[in-house]
Amino acid sequence: MRTIALRQALREAMEEEMRRDERVFLMGEEVAQYNGAYKVSQGMLDEFGPKRIIDTPITELGFAAIGVGAAMNNTRPIVEFMTWNFAELAIDQIVNHAAKVVSMSAGQFTCPIVFRGPNGSAGQLGAQHSQAFENWYANVPGLKVISTCNPYDAKGLLKSAIRDEDPIVFMESEVAYGDMGEVPEEEYLIPIGKADVKRAGTDVTIVSYNKMMKVAMGAAEELAKENISAEVIDLRTIRPLDWHTIVGSVKKTNRLVIVEEQWPFSSISSEISYRIQKEAFDYLDAPIRRICSADANMHYAGNLVALYLPDVPRTVKLVKEVMYMVK
Amino acid sequence: MQTPFGKETYLYWYEIMLLLRRFEEKAGQLYGMQKIRGFCHLYIGQEAIAAGAMTAIRDDDNMITAYRDHALAIAKGIPARECMAELYGKATGCTKGKGGSMHFFSKEKRFFGGHGIVGGQIGVGAGIAFAEQYQNTDRATLCFFGDGAARQGILHEAFNMAVLWQLPIVFICENNYYAMGTSVERTSKVLDIYRLADAYDMPGDSVDGMSCEDVHKGIERAVRRAREKGGPTFLEIKTYRYRGHSMSDPAKYRTKEELEEYKEKDPINQVLKTIMDNKWATEEEIGHINEKVKMEVDEAVKFAEDSPYPDDSELYKDIYVQEDYPYITD
Ligand SMILES: Cc1ncc(C[n+]2csc(CCOP(=O)(O)OP(=O)(O)O)c2C)c(N)n1
Ligand SMILES: [Mg+2]
Repeated sequence: MRTIALRQALREAMEEEMRRDERVFLMGEEVAQYNGAYKVSQGMLDEFGPKRIIDTPITELGFAAIGVGAAMNNTRPIVEFMTWNFAELAIDQIVNHAAKVVSMSAGQFTCPIVFRGPNGSAGQLGAQHSQAFENWYANVPGLKVISTCNPYDAKGLLKSAIRDEDPIVFMESEVAYGDMGEVPEEEYLIPIGKADVKRAGTDVTIVSYNKMMKVAMGAAEELAKENISAEVIDLRTIRPLDWHTIVGSVKKTNRLVIVEEQWPFSSISSEISYRIQKEAFDYLDAPIRRICSADANMHYAGNLVALYLPDVPRTVKLVKEVMYMVK
Repeated sequence: MQTPFGKETYLYWYEIMLLLRRFEEKAGQLYGMQKIRGFCHLYIGQEAIAAGAMTAIRDDDNMITAYRDHALAIAKGIPARECMAELYGKATGCTKGKGGSMHFFSKEKRFFGGHGIVGGQIGVGAGIAFAEQYQNTDRATLCFFGDGAARQGILHEAFNMAVLWQLPIVFICENNYYAMGTSVERTSKVLDIYRLADAYDMPGDSVDGMSCEDVHKGIERAVRRAREKGGPTFLEIKTYRYRGHSMSDPAKYRTKEELEEYKEKDPINQVLKTIMDNKWATEEEIGHINEKVKMEVDEAVKFAEDSPYPDDSELYKDIYVQEDYPYITD
């Protein structure tokens, strides 16, 4: 199978959906003439023209609102945020408006919009440019939240997101746009709300998503050298949460470790832990454990960034703790 | 030759602008060598704004700006060595290696920060001025932001309140014609950005940002208004950045000719010419200044190189003021 970069997988998803449906357009900062701040929309202006690939001023609240209004009125906008940090300016439109259109209008109006862009840290960018927001949006009824940086999953899920009738928060990763992965030439869709077992195993379940999947897979690799068999689940969709897949795995492994880039308080791991202790209490042989980003703002210095983020050695150690191999 | 300012002022302008230029050139090199990481936005070309502002304000006036903050921070008095150490992420930096390029701060120098979310500091700047008014001081606040930032909604909210409450602030749009790759004409039909003040009955003016004299005069007038309880002013200072938006931007959206046109008006050359035309310094004296600046930058790099990284325990410091805050660590 051919391999392509994440940015190309995302671009193909948008291009295919735009060819298929006139109502789909892309709007955001530097998406057109500059070909995207991270080159995700490279070449799209050439194919679709300025009517459908639209550069905006730096006005996140404003263009998110244009997207919401347009989505209520028979179009299907894709609104790109240069990063999700900047979408904080637009959160009013996403949470107070997009998420509530169906409810407030008693189903008369819908808001089929995709808000997308890179989420999470990307090196030494300091406190304002390094935040991961999955749990913020996953808390909101009316929104669906997808978070992935795997090229195959990203393409199939973005296509589903663009076709979905509900507002979608779609989170990518700046440091993964160049990551290569196998993506078929033929068209495919991946359903929203389905996790994927990326590595089968029997001793412990590791759940993760987006770029922390690399840590989870790296840890599984290390553990395999010591004959510990880890099953690794990529959530892909955060809301709705596919807890059935996790329960299925935990029934087999009896142990669960979650790796995520969220801050720990009220995070996705908090939610998973509640659900699994309720649905699989009798199957757990150890407390559910997690490794998150530090409960802190990210500092600039390289050593403090490394300490802040989950990594393979600490994940390996955590797995050994739930297996009662180390204290 | 008649000049609006004296010898001392021109010599100050020359030296400070040269320091800012050489500091940024060095930062650019060091970024290429991966000594400096993250995002890094250079001020090269815009130095006359920092220089002209400094001669127009008092030491105890306030300043706040965006992520393109190195030069304004140094001009406001943060030592170059502390700025360089910050770029290195060292414990001796002006924010102990925590902020990096985009977030220089100094309470002592009343530099309220480099801010990374475009436009955010427009409102925060108004708040700083509000507090001066509240405490009945005569300090002015200079609030800098870019042409791109001028399109954020917060500008309108902050402008309205600043006029409504007559806040002692000078809003300064450093119009370098581009927000990343987007030219001003592609962001609005209002191309004279200073006219945005009209909607709020705020005095607004356009200033030549390649001229220290013009910058000084514009800011001095506005600062006087602020001190004398005459309320806010909006200055659009027209300038140009010679480099790309940040270190990763090849700046293909503009022409060589356009860049050269601005380099012709380079503020450092202009000031040097005035000094030489007036025989305020000999070639040799200028040589001394050049050498002094070079040594200051070299010393800053050595200081940064020799300094330690922050201790690992800093991860959970400076998040809250409360020292025994119960962080979640599992
Ligand atoms: C709210 C927000 N949106 C987008 C960005 C990304 N970004 C950083 S700088 C920039 C351009 C700003 O241009 P301008 O205000 O003209 O300032 P200049 O860089 O020219 O000094 C953009 C889009 C951001 N940091 N914050
Ligand atoms: Mg600009």
